[in-house]
Amino acid sequence: MKKQSSIFDKIFDGGIYVFLIFLIVVTLYPLLYVLFASFSDAGQLVVHKGVLWKPMGFSFEAYKSVLANSGILTGYRNTMFIVVAGLAVNLVMTALGAYVLSRRNVLWNDVFMVLIIFTMFFNGGLIPLYLVVKGVGLLDSLWSTIIPFSISTFNLIIMRTAFKGVPESLEESAKIDGANHFTILFRIIIPLSMPVIAVMILYYAVDKWNGWFYASVFIKSRELYPLQLVLREILIANSTDSMSAGASAGDRQQIGETIKYATIMVATVPILCVYPFVQRFFVKGVMVGSLKG
Amino acid sequence: MAHTQTVTGKKALRSNKPTNRFIRDFKINKYLYLMMVPVMAYYLIFHYAPMYGALIAFKEYSPMKGILGSDWVGLKHFHDFFNSYYFWRILKNTLVISLYSLIFEFPAPIILALLINEIRSKSFKRVAQTITYMPYFISLVVICGIITDFTNADGVINGIFTFFGYDGQAMLQKPELFRPIYILSEIWQRIGWESIIYIAALMSIDVEQYEAARMDGASRIKQMFYITLPGILPTMSIMLILRMGNLLNVGFEKIILLYNPITYETADVISSFVYRKGLLEFGWSYSSAVGLFNSVINLVLLVTANYVSRRVNKNSLW
Repeated sequence: MKKQSSIFDKIFDGGIYVFLIFLIVVTLYPLLYVLFASFSDAGQLVVHKGVLWKPMGFSFEAYKSVLANSGILTGYRNTMFIVVAGLAVNLVMTALGAYVLSRRNVLWNDVFMVLIIFTMFFNGGLIPLYLVVKGVGLLDSLWSTIIPFSISTFNLIIMRTAFKGVPESLEESAKIDGANHFTILFRIIIPLSMPVIAVMILYYAVDKWNGWFYASVFIKSRELYPLQLVLREILIANSTDSMSAGASAGDRQQIGETIKYATIMVATVPILCVYPFVQRFFVKGVMVGSLKG
Repeated sequence: MAHTQTVTGKKALRSNKPTNRFIRDFKINKYLYLMMVPVMAYYLIFHYAPMYGALIAFKEYSPMKGILGSDWVGLKHFHDFFNSYYFWRILKNTLVISLYSLIFEFPAPIILALLINEIRSKSFKRVAQTITYMPYFISLVVICGIITDFTNADGVINGIFTFFGYDGQAMLQKPELFRPIYILSEIWQRIGWESIIYIAALMSIDVEQYEAARMDGASRIKQMFYITLPGILPTMSIMLILRMGNLLNVGFEKIILLYNPITYETADVISSFVYRKGLLEFGWSYSSAVGLFNSVINLVLLVTANYVSRRVNKNSLW
């Protein structure tokens, strides 16, 4: 009986490995394809159909054109600004809110919490938000992708839960030494909550780096386009253009194909290099059930 | 007796001088309230002001007159929407895409978490996790670019199909293929990331339970069904409640990147309709009415799901 079950367990194990390896291949392949295509020779790639196992020929041409493209460079600069300034605003605002809401014996905290959590489940909608952003004069400015999204309520609650976990005794002794709230927040609470802060930084940074929709709604000037909007033009709009325009432009269109992939690489690799370092903190950053706490 | 006296005594103190309590609290916590000012200001301006702005759903909004000055039209826009040809189409599309993702996308990360949990090699576990998390960090624009590319008539997926003897076709131009493409790519992007929460729940299951089960000769599959699954059930119900609250919230960002007029019949959902009518065709009030309808239904669904779950298995958000 026992032996039988162990053979069964082995088949079970084998099945799991096969399935997971399949999943890994399926997950990785699209990116490998992009990588191969970005280094391919434009002429060969255009003729090629279907699956790609290695670069078709080898060339850096696409990367050269990408790095010489002014649209992509300003896009990069705008995105960098949005990420850096946005992160600063996000972290300060979220930490302030989380700190106050994690304090005990604050009379209005329950009211604040209800008001804040309600916004997770109900919102006024896209058009009214647009009108508000327009009303406060943020339209067509990079700040329009930062200020209206200063706090993600979800992150605020995760950070609050983390702050609540800091032992009270540490604060008490600091208070006796005459520390004020800012000192307690920045000298005690935040340093002791670094894993969660790291995850917050990643969440917010990814959000800012990858965000395109609100930028497309709020920003009209081309020189303010973040990288993702430039990408959208190259990846999505261009593909329909070329479909309607037919095969009129020869060489430029060929190289256009490889430029597409090189742009994806340039826009994606930075963020893919960061997340594995923060990965071990991920589990601490997911606390859906802790709304009540 | 003494006990009741103190209780009534406390009550008396409280009801006698409520202002005192507020003043005392304010004196002690004034700096905390000061810190809270920017936070609450943010919520009031960018969350509650838009809720107030949603009033334009009941008005004929004109930018010249502003929200307050525009003329009331009552339920006209709602009426128009419910009677329009699009109402049933986008409602059906939204529900169908939501239900598909509930059936196919919701269980996927749970299964992945269970499988990863069964892996004993730590390094393989780590590699599998790192790689399956990866697509989550790729921007939607890039993902949709890749999808467009792969589903092209001479793209990778058609390359595989032609290998098995099928003809290549531009898949995103086929209304019947839009939903499968949408759901599959959604699973591809989110399965790893969404498994994290279940992996976190799995880690908190008591190891002794497994040891006891092994003593009793339970196979690994049995352990999975009788210990692991019940162990993550609370997390599953919370996730399900949250999902129910978003049943009508099919993300428009991906839809508007992937759809085109040919596939509207299966792809156009409430939120993409709101976007098109409001921001591209400037039907501000009409679009707000549709958006408001969406928000209210979502809230009702969430509250219902939460209520049912609290009754059935005592897990709830509040």
